[in-house]
Amino acid sequence: MVNLVEIRDLKVEATTDSGRKVEIIKGVSLDVAEGEIVALIGESGSGKTTIALTLMGYARPGCRISGGSVSVAGNDLVTLTEKQRAKVRGTEVTYVPQSAAAAFNPAATIMDQVIEITRIHGLMPVVEARARAVELFRALSLPEPETIGSRYPHQVSGGQLQRLSAAMALIGDPKLVIFDEPTTALDVTTQIEVLRAFKSVMKKGGIAGVYVSHDLAVVAQIADHIVVLKAGEVQEAGTTEEILSNAKHPYTRELLSAFEPKPREAADAAESAPAPLLKIENLVAGYGASKSDGLPLVRAVEDVSLKVEKGRNLGIIGESGCGKSTLARAIAGILPAAVGKIVFDGKELGRSARERTRDQLREMQIVFQYADTALNPAKSVEDILDRPLVFYHGMNARARSLRIDELLDMVRLPRNLRHRRPGELSGGQKQRVNFARALAADPKLILCDEITSALDTVVAAAVIELLKELQRELGLSYIFISHDLSVVEAICDEIVVMYGGRKVEDITPARINAPHHPYSQLLFSSVPKLDPAWLDGLEQDPELVRAYCRR
Amino acid sequence: MTMTHSETKSARISGTRLGYRFNIVGMVGLSIILFWALVAIFAPLIIPYPVGEIVDLDYFGPMSRDFWLGSDYLGRDMLSRILMGARYTVGISLAAVTIACFSGVVLGMIAAVAGGWLDTILSRLLDALNSIPSKLFGLVVVAAVGSSIPVLILTLSVVYIPGAYRFARALAVNINAMDFITVARIRGESTLYLIRSEILPNIIGPVLADLGIRFVFIVLLLSGLSFLGLGVQPPYADWGALVRENIGALPFGAPAVIFPSFAIASLTISVNLLIDNLPQKIRDRSE
Amino acid sequence: MNNRVLSLVLSRLLIAVITLVIVSFAVFFATTLLPGDTASILLGQAATPEAVEGLRKAMHLDEPAIFRFLRWIVGLLQGDLGISYANEMPVADLIGGRFVNTLQLAGVTALFSVPIALTLGITSAMLRGSPYDRIVTVLTIGVISVPEFMIATSAVLIFAVYLKWLPALSFANEVTSLTDLLRIYAMPVITLSFVISAQMIRMTRAAVIETLNTPYVEMALLKGASRPRMVFRHALPNALGPIVNAVALSLSYLLGGVIIVETIFNYPGIAKLMVDAVSTRDLPLIQSCAMVFCLGYLLLITTADIIAILSNPRLR
Repeated sequence: MVNLVEIRDLKVEATTDSGRKVEIIKGVSLDVAEGEIVALIGESGSGKTTIALTLMGYARPGCRISGGSVSVAGNDLVTLTEKQRAKVRGTEVTYVPQSAAAAFNPAATIMDQVIEITRIHGLMPVVEARARAVELFRALSLPEPETIGSRYPHQVSGGQLQRLSAAMALIGDPKLVIFDEPTTALDVTTQIEVLRAFKSVMKKGGIAGVYVSHDLAVVAQIADHIVVLKAGEVQEAGTTEEILSNAKHPYTRELLSAFEPKPREAADAAESAPAPLLKIENLVAGYGASKSDGLPLVRAVEDVSLKVEKGRNLGIIGESGCGKSTLARAIAGILPAAVGKIVFDGKELGRSARERTRDQLREMQIVFQYADTALNPAKSVEDILDRPLVFYHGMNARARSLRIDELLDMVRLPRNLRHRRPGELSGGQKQRVNFARALAADPKLILCDEITSALDTVVAAAVIELLKELQRELGLSYIFISHDLSVVEAICDEIVVMYGGRKVEDITPARINAPHHPYSQLLFSSVPKLDPAWLDGLEQDPELVRAYCRR
Repeated sequence: MTMTHSETKSARISGTRLGYRFNIVGMVGLSIILFWALVAIFAPLIIPYPVGEIVDLDYFGPMSRDFWLGSDYLGRDMLSRILMGARYTVGISLAAVTIACFSGVVLGMIAAVAGGWLDTILSRLLDALNSIPSKLFGLVVVAAVGSSIPVLILTLSVVYIPGAYRFARALAVNINAMDFITVARIRGESTLYLIRSEILPNIIGPVLADLGIRFVFIVLLLSGLSFLGLGVQPPYADWGALVRENIGALPFGAPAVIFPSFAIASLTISVNLLIDNLPQKIRDRSE
Repeated sequence: MNNRVLSLVLSRLLIAVITLVIVSFAVFFATTLLPGDTASILLGQAATPEAVEGLRKAMHLDEPAIFRFLRWIVGLLQGDLGISYANEMPVADLIGGRFVNTLQLAGVTALFSVPIALTLGITSAMLRGSPYDRIVTVLTIGVISVPEFMIATSAVLIFAVYLKWLPALSFANEVTSLTDLLRIYAMPVITLSFVISAQMIRMTRAAVIETLNTPYVEMALLKGASRPRMVFRHALPNALGPIVNAVALSLSYLLGGVIIVETIFNYPGIAKLMVDAVSTRDLPLIQSCAMVFCLGYLLLITTADIIAILSNPRLR
């Protein structure tokens, strides 16, 4: 027995709502050697999680392993009975979920859940299990390892829960650990710490792992082998080195190229900007009842000022909770600012959308992150695009129909898509419709709130390209809000870094690689690079990390 | 949004709107409902004997060739009385459920979209109304203002407005939190537009299913009230009143007391079966 | 954290009190809509106008409704429920004994049906999709879909008419032995149990299925947990709030069911008293009975809400 895991010609079948059977894994084979970490890379729907779960003999409800074999340490999980599989789960193969916050039972303490595996399988006495758990907490560099176990899941942070779920997976001395996108939901600065903890524990114990992810740069740091998946089939497999430097399959190359920085040709536009298109002065916005001084109870944006020149783009970057989305909502008038001035195209705007004229509303459009919720599922694409044309421009039916064709052309969607509903479109197509609706208003400024974050890498890159082209054609300005530095760099002329509701730095393209503010430095240096040596070589000032990370 | 092209309309109808397939249990439910609906409409044409006429010499007569479902406590034909009873049970309930759901859904959507104090006050008031047990409410009101068909319809609908309101409000609040509502709001759209064009199309499926369930509740409450003598008054009789009239037959187990109950059960069970077997798509379009 | 729980519980109690005030307002004014002048009804057709006027004064019927409402509320708070119009006995005395009877009926029913319903609900959720689950589901739909009086009449037909095990009517004042007790309670309890169990089974099943579909239950499965462990350790503690709510709602359904059941079986409870009061237009009696029912309902719902708050681990 050379390999710990041997998957041969695995097939998984899913039953759709209408009762049809669809093969979602179409004959996949792969191996994992002892002590080796293999990454499964692919986009949403590529079947990477489904394959990983078969290593525990499990298929989600509605799915069924319909063929092939999955052998782990000599047992073929496909042919085992459910009882025998339960014996393997938790002892030989364990699982680290994507969202630890959802995978912890809210009604039990962390310690009870971490040592539950030892209870289920009768591995060791409770006292010993607790001691071992504390040891693991320490190894995963969790704070207060002695007492953190007595808390409830909602009392610790997301990054901590993610590491605690690794402790839960490691307690039973497994031979194989499955990581299911364990850092996807985390901020970049938090991700580093979690990745480091995972890597050191796995290497020390010589444990084999299967790491499921969509992010090549993250995988490059931790995996020995990479398997590239698409639509339930293996596209390419090889060592991390081979895949990164010498990818053969066009799909892998496409994935890699989405990573290459495409710096923006400095949009000089140069008109020495007579007056900025948008000027924000000392904006304060937040939630909750207003206090006696007229300020909201929870202030999410504190005293932010910024400027957007005509035809140029501003990026706003920061981690979750930094106030960037609140800022966008305040600018759009969704959440009226408590204090501050918003001057748009030379005129001061009302703080609430209700106080703005229809034309002012028309000229500033906002595009949201999730096209799924931003498009009314009960309406056709045509109806969605039709409304702003009636509402703002009062066009007649014929003119509208022509304009809808134009708009679809602009966002590079086939015209016959107009009769479909959002549910019948792919993620990228939905985001294009979402964008076309903003264009229908003929705006001067479009606020883009994380519009590529929910998309797969390749699709996101294409959307960014589209935005650039449209800017050239229509002379738009964008405010681009994102947590993803590479996206912002690709399209923006100027970047604002936010932390804790405040603007910490204004970065012009010339200085993009040399931010001044310590937080900007920390943030920029935390973005994973494709280089496998990046994580090990990365050095961050521990003072800084302590000051700015809520790990 | 009335300017939809005719070609898209036809595409929609053939494509998604009516493309649902019912399973067999759902079909059975649907056919029984249709059967009672037809009976309610054409009852005067198909009854074998006039409802008020004493035609059997015996009272509580058994099932026979002349009287398929036996006769009642006066010797009237049960089959005719049940067929006519369908008019009252189905008609009153349908009217009440329409009023209840229409008002409840409209109020619920307004509360969800408007939010703030309007939402709070409406919700509190209707919650309070909801905390009076429905039979009790019916009992008090019908006793207070006397029982006539309009009073019955109104009482029944008032009893079920809070439920319809709550249901629609919960759905609408979920939809209201969606970004497409925010987009429409900052486009400058009116509340009326938001309710009619953005929210309603997304909750109509579950709302119709809820209407069915509420219809069952109303049929049951109406029958219960009639059974207590507070519903449809003699000489007319709905199915609940038929059970009351003939309760004296219970010790003999005569058909006169059994078949009206069967009629109610066949209607309500069918509605429940139909709704439970609706395609998932209709039941939770909004989720 | 505990402050949050306390303030949530207090606000829930406050809401209950406000609701009670609104309800009492509604009950009072609904009953004053009763047609006919109570004084002249009471005195009969032969009464002189002076006598009617005198009685109206004595009963404060000449005052504006709002004063009568306040007078009534203050009386209620002091335990004075007023005097029955029909037989001039204090309402409190009339209700007292009847109330105990109804409570006994409800208590026995709850004792009987809650454990059975919870067991059926939880097991059918665990065995979702199995023939057992399907049978339970079809039966509960069947019971929910028929009027209470049909269940009652069916019970009479089966147990009293065909099997002749039990008497068709109840008289709680003739109890002399345990078998009497059984025979008297059996029929109403069977009927009521059917009615409320069906609701409870459905809601419990839905609540358990919902928690069984959560990621943390899947996680337990991936730790190698057995099915009972997944259900009892992970799903049930989190379904507690919804289940308690289901129980409370179903028990509140007892209040409605009891009206029909007491009437059918001639059981001398408060619901029967109220139905009789409606036919004699006995205002104070109707108001007091209605208030008792609403109070019971509010008590149940509020208790359920508070248990749900207390059992929410996120508030611990």
